[in-house]
Amino acid sequence: MKSFKAVLLATLVGASALAAAVPLKTDNAKSSVSAVFKQMNVPVEAPFRTFAASIDYDAAKPAASKASVEITTASFDIGDPMYNKEVAKKEWFNSAQFPKASFVSTSIAPAGAGKLKVSGKLTLKGKTADVSFPLAVKAEGGKQVFEGQLPIKRLAFNIGEGEWKDTSMVADEVVIKFRVTAAP
Amino acid sequence: MRRYTMPAIVLHWLLAIAIIGTFTLGLVMTDIQGISMAKIRYTNWHKWAGVTVLGLAALRLLWRLFNHPPQYADAMPAWQRGAAHGLHILLYALMFAVPLSGYFFSLAAGFPVVYFGEIPLPVLIGPDPELRAVLRGVHYWLNMLLAGLVALHVLAAFKHLLVDRDGVMQRMLPIPTPKEKQ
Repeated sequence: MKSFKAVLLATLVGASALAAAVPLKTDNAKSSVSAVFKQMNVPVEAPFRTFAASIDYDAAKPAASKASVEITTASFDIGDPMYNKEVAKKEWFNSAQFPKASFVSTSIAPAGAGKLKVSGKLTLKGKTADVSFPLAVKAEGGKQVFEGQLPIKRLAFNIGEGEWKDTSMVADEVVIKFRVTAAP
Repeated sequence: MRRYTMPAIVLHWLLAIAIIGTFTLGLVMTDIQGISMAKIRYTNWHKWAGVTVLGLAALRLLWRLFNHPPQYADAMPAWQRGAAHGLHILLYALMFAVPLSGYFFSLAAGFPVVYFGEIPLPVLIGPDPELRAVLRGVHYWLNMLLAGLVALHVLAAFKHLLVDRDGVMQRMLPIPTPKEKQ
């Protein structure tokens, strides 16, 4: 009986040691993903209401970190239901055919105090591109906050078809901004 | 009969054109469903025009504070003078309230105003869905009130021109009528 307890204890200790490799738990209420676009030179920031971020980060071993984000494209909220419906259409996100956009990291490297250089694959509207961007990491109230922004060219992902390819109305450059709060 | 000064006349007619143009653009752009190039273009033009109205209104108020308008016709009854004065005060108030309600509506919707696509104007409030809904209604109804009062203003002016024939409307016409020149 004693040996059974010992095995059980050893298993529990082992499991808690392994727990470090389990992804952090994302606090969605304190996380956000948004896109800043420019129409006729007016910057507009609008959030994606639905997304799931998963970050596996160990401050002691940053290079072993992994990050992935999945966004529901139809949840882009420009503040008006009519506009939101338009943006989900074929010319823009084509949410019917491509309901999700995603980012999956391929490498995360330390880049100075509180900074990481993240590289990975961004998939938007069925097109995948290699991207890399700086990510700031800080501890806030016992949680880890990851913050960064990634400028992309919307036309590289075919976002804005037909007449919308004209970048004099809606600029080609769009900045994806994100803030992920996560705790062990 | 004494006429308004040239700055007052110029500001009056510039504002008349700017207000009618901005109002019409507002009707046209809100009539376009969905998102189109034309809608984005008209909406931005509408905002630039609205800011222009606000600027002209400020100049006009400044002029009015330091200048007395010319006398009304002697035969005008007191109630008409009172009504005209009250209507003018309301028009002045709306020349500010209408563009300001639109400006804050745009900000509450998360769209800052960049004047002529070049000059970013102050972002005094952030996006606010509840305030946006309120300001949308406020902007619309203030416009309807303004349209009604402008109609009354124009009708009153033509009554002076055609019925009373008392020279009150001529005080604000850009060019003196031949009769006045004599």
